[in-house]
Amino acid sequence: MTSHRLDARRMLCPLPVIRTQDRVAQLPAGDCLTVCCTDPGAVHDIPAWCRVNGHELLDIQHENGEILIRLRVGEE
Amino acid sequence: MTNKRKAVALISGGLDSLLAARVIQEQGIHVEGINFYTGFCVEGHTHAIRKKDRARPKRNNALWSAEQLGIKLHIVDIIEEYKDIVINPKHGYGANLNPCLDCKIFMVHKAREWIDSHDFDFIITGEVIGQRPKSQRKDTMPVIAQESGADDLLLRPLCARNLPPTRPEREGWVDREQLFGFEGRTRKPQMALANTFGFEEYAQPAGGCCFLTDQTYSRKLADLWKARGERRYELDDIMLLKVGRHLRPHPDFKMIIGREDGENKFLEGYRKQYVHLFTTTHRGPLVLIDGEVNDEGLELAARITARFSQGRDAELVDVEVHTLDGEQQVFRVRPIAGAAIPGGWYL
Ligand code: SF4
Repeated sequence: MTSHRLDARRMLCPLPVIRTQDRVAQLPAGDCLTVCCTDPGAVHDIPAWCRVNGHELLDIQHENGEILIRLRVGEE
Repeated sequence: MTNKRKAVALISGGLDSLLAARVIQEQGIHVEGINFYTGFCVEGHTHAIRKKDRARPKRNNALWSAEQLGIKLHIVDIIEEYKDIVINPKHGYGANLNPCLDCKIFMVHKAREWIDSHDFDFIITGEVIGQRPKSQRKDTMPVIAQESGADDLLLRPLCARNLPPTRPEREGWVDREQLFGFEGRTRKPQMALANTFGFEEYAQPAGGCCFLTDQTYSRKLADLWKARGERRYELDDIMLLKVGRHLRPHPDFKMIIGREDGENKFLEGYRKQYVHLFTTTHRGPLVLIDGEVNDEGLELAARITARFSQGRDAELVDVEVHTLDGEQQVFRVRPIAGAAIPGGWYL
């Protein structure tokens, strides 16, 4: 299992979701991705996107005005 | 049917596309959703910027629809390709700068490309004849099907009974008898159908799905094109049109003035790209200057900035100006009187 990071700071929703989706499409199932964003809308949208598309939301942390959303890539 | 047929549904986040997808799911078809992001979508943006909007419960309606349906949703970024649709719509604009018919054709065209590359069988939309005056009329339905290249692989489950049978119907992939013949502007049949499916809290039909249907927004976009002498935009331009108060005190430049902390914070992200001003002796907005500005213009911009600060009634206000080469200077100015700002400066 490998961990990856995606910088989606300063992007407004749904762009953080789109960038997450495009990155996840390149990763094998089981890998972890941490998305770093600043739009508070991502706190709702990325988990919803995970539920809809079969990925696992691991946790959400707030750090210095940034939001770190960690997910595990699901099976196709 | 040995082979389960697959359809992609254009999901806007509104009720009609939600219903269309469910109607087809009910017939045992595998449905996935596709949603296009143009940069003008009302979804998402403003709530993140203004504090008062943040308080509202927020959701992405397309994702919400997909969740209700239990389907996958593919969100496609069409920001770049969409520029040509907004700038040169073959079929013209609606009431504002909304190129609805060209937009529909383009989205169905993208969906057609998508089904080809993903091995899906057909496309569904929530269109209803007569629902929208420009893009959803009986005579525009075949135009969309033909010009998008989707032809008879485009099925509109909510009004299919009023249209010639498409391939999914002719081949028996779906049963035409179980499709609908909705027509006109009434929303009652959709609401009744939503009831039978148990859908609640769906997004209410608004003026449209994007900022281009908004009069004020379209005016600001038209002003941007006029000031630049060409019809062109970047993503940052169209984001900034959603934020702040826009004033054009001179043909060569306009001011984008943050209205509250959330907007000021958002505008801060653009400080490196724009000449910007803020008051230092009083609390006030962050102001970006879009265009070319000389010293005289900067002084005027400083007086306007002071006007929108808490020093509006003060004798003198200090305004710090940062230019693109990193230089900064302070203007000590008398705030401009409200009556001295012509109404025509407000965009
Ligand atoms: S309202 Fe906007 S997104 Fe919807 S069809 Fe018209 S131009 Fe396209």
